[in-house]
Amino acid sequence: MIDSFLQSFDRFSSNGASAVPDAVRTLRLSAITRFETLGFPTTRNEDWHFTSVSPIVEGGFAALTKPSGGVTATHIAPYSFAESGWHTLVFVNGRFNAALSGVSALPDGVRVLPIAEAYDELPMLVEQYLGKIASFDAHSFTALNTAFINDGAVVHVGADIEVARPIHLLFVSDASATLGAVHPRNLIVLDQFAKATVIESYAGLGDGAYLTNAVTEATVGDGATLTHLKLQRESPAAFHVGTLDVRQARDSHLFSFSFATGGSLSRTNIYTQLRGEGCGATLNGLYLGDGDQHIDHQTRIEHVEPNCYSRELYKGILDGSAHGVFNGKVYVHPEAQKTDGKQTNNTLLLSERAQIDTKPQLEIFADDVKCTHGATVGRLDETSLFYMKSRGVNARTARELLTYAFAADVLETIELAEVREGLESATLRRYTDG
Amino acid sequence: MLEIRGLRATVADKEILRGIDLTVLPGEVHAVMGPNGSGKSTLAQVLAGHPAYEVTGGTVTYEGDDLLEMDPEVRAQKGIFLAFQYPVEIPGVSNAYFLRAAYNEIRRARGEEEIDPMSFADLMDEKMKLVEMDDAMLTRSVNTGFSGGEKKRNEILQMAVLEPKLAILDETDSGLDIDALRIVANGVNSLKRPTNATIVVTHYQRLLNHIVPDYVHVLAGGRIVRSGGKDLALELEARGYDWLLEEAVA
Repeated sequence: MIDSFLQSFDRFSSNGASAVPDAVRTLRLSAITRFETLGFPTTRNEDWHFTSVSPIVEGGFAALTKPSGGVTATHIAPYSFAESGWHTLVFVNGRFNAALSGVSALPDGVRVLPIAEAYDELPMLVEQYLGKIASFDAHSFTALNTAFINDGAVVHVGADIEVARPIHLLFVSDASATLGAVHPRNLIVLDQFAKATVIESYAGLGDGAYLTNAVTEATVGDGATLTHLKLQRESPAAFHVGTLDVRQARDSHLFSFSFATGGSLSRTNIYTQLRGEGCGATLNGLYLGDGDQHIDHQTRIEHVEPNCYSRELYKGILDGSAHGVFNGKVYVHPEAQKTDGKQTNNTLLLSERAQIDTKPQLEIFADDVKCTHGATVGRLDETSLFYMKSRGVNARTARELLTYAFAADVLETIELAEVREGLESATLRRYTDG
Repeated sequence: MLEIRGLRATVADKEILRGIDLTVLPGEVHAVMGPNGSGKSTLAQVLAGHPAYEVTGGTVTYEGDDLLEMDPEVRAQKGIFLAFQYPVEIPGVSNAYFLRAAYNEIRRARGEEEIDPMSFADLMDEKMKLVEMDDAMLTRSVNTGFSGGEKKRNEILQMAVLEPKLAILDETDSGLDIDALRIVANGVNSLKRPTNATIVVTHYQRLLNHIVPDYVHVLAGGRIVRSGGKDLALELEARGYDWLLEEAVA
């Protein structure tokens, strides 16, 4: 069943993949070979136990190679945040769109550019990192993405530089993407003591079924801080697999937020390795599902060195027959003494048919650590409902407000006001009539 | 205003109220006192319509209507307010948003227009002063991370904004220091009108130094065992509850 993807690669490598460095060409070839060996994951694979990707396999989505017109600023406005002074790269059906993009003046030492330009302008950086962080050895979708590396963004922030305005990478797919696949590939490099906020948005403008299979690699240097906000708002029929793979050096910090609400089937992987002492990683997320949606998150925090902390809070609200999956692993290496880890997953089920499979996992090989994890699955709190009703608030409004509040609690952790407030008001509109 | 006749109620199949009779008229302040486990808080919760309590007998008539038939929100919309002994924390909903939602629903139920945000802000300014609360409390989530005293003041703030006809204060004095007690009592007193009534449920007499009751009822074993004027509270303070319980048994 992977034949159509292999045939798509043959067409892609013969005509769609012009003028790339030899190293990239070699990388693609080894990736497609690996993909051919791995095939797509089945539910016998522990990492995919609760998520069947057979609709993706059967969809046979061929890589889109031609840019399509017709998408205007008006179309993408609902997925933007006013973005005054921001650095925004827009990709339409997987291809960079210069007309819709806008990069404000950047300080020396900071680059935000499409990957095709980075081949020429930042060849050393591309060679050093591309394909070196996100391993495809055991990850089919990452192998597939790597085979089709063609477009995406490269962000490089030099040492001691703080990028004041957010960098927004917006990937939209319109109706002409139907039955096609896009494989965005991004690379974020923060040198020592650099600081930046990168928003990665995926949005669908049409109703068709298409596949987004994105991979973002990031390296966070000594004392650097990366804020990464991923917003998945694909079309209702779309399929989305997105991976963020991060390497953190000494004293670096990562704040990651994954907001997932679109697609018929989506899987988000957030992985980070804390490879130096004194690192901190906060991985938060919110998934909102309805209808027959399937929304899966897998996180993996690897504590490699001592004296690091990690915090994780994922919340979800599932209605209709929606199926949520949370699989969070905190892995503490034998050397990683004094690790301080906390992981929480709370899901609110609004209907009898909605379901969640939650699997918070700790694997600890050091003996002096403080790690906790927990998961709750529940319905709205009766005491809170009564309290609100006793103030005259109608039963329906009380339910709506409590539902919103459940989500607002984790959205509050997003520091960037435009994104926080945008998601709060979207969530408020979704669960209330006000 | 309120007429309770032979009210019986259970929680988790355990009978807590065993035939309560109580009549409250407009302008009156009634204190309901009693030892722990006497059923005081149950009475308050039943009047507000808490779903965990099942009414197994008796009647409650409020302004001529059957109160027990009404959902909790309808009771509130008709002017009943319960100040909770343990106010509930609602992370994610701001105090201001919650109060405006409640205020507007009560106005709608009365057939009045919703208040605009500006006028509501003015109203809040005035009411916040009454309970000596800081503006910052409005943007914080309802009761979340509030101290015990702040929670109780927040209850009185809600009461001040919603202007109930019948306010039931359930152990509002418990856990309050003298300052907070004064603030809460002043708030309650300044809301007193000839047309509204208050039921003060308390274990201690000290709140009644500030909120002076017209009647004092002593609850024990799910029944009112003694009713009297405000002097009864002083007598209870001096002698405790035991003598009354013995008399009631004898």
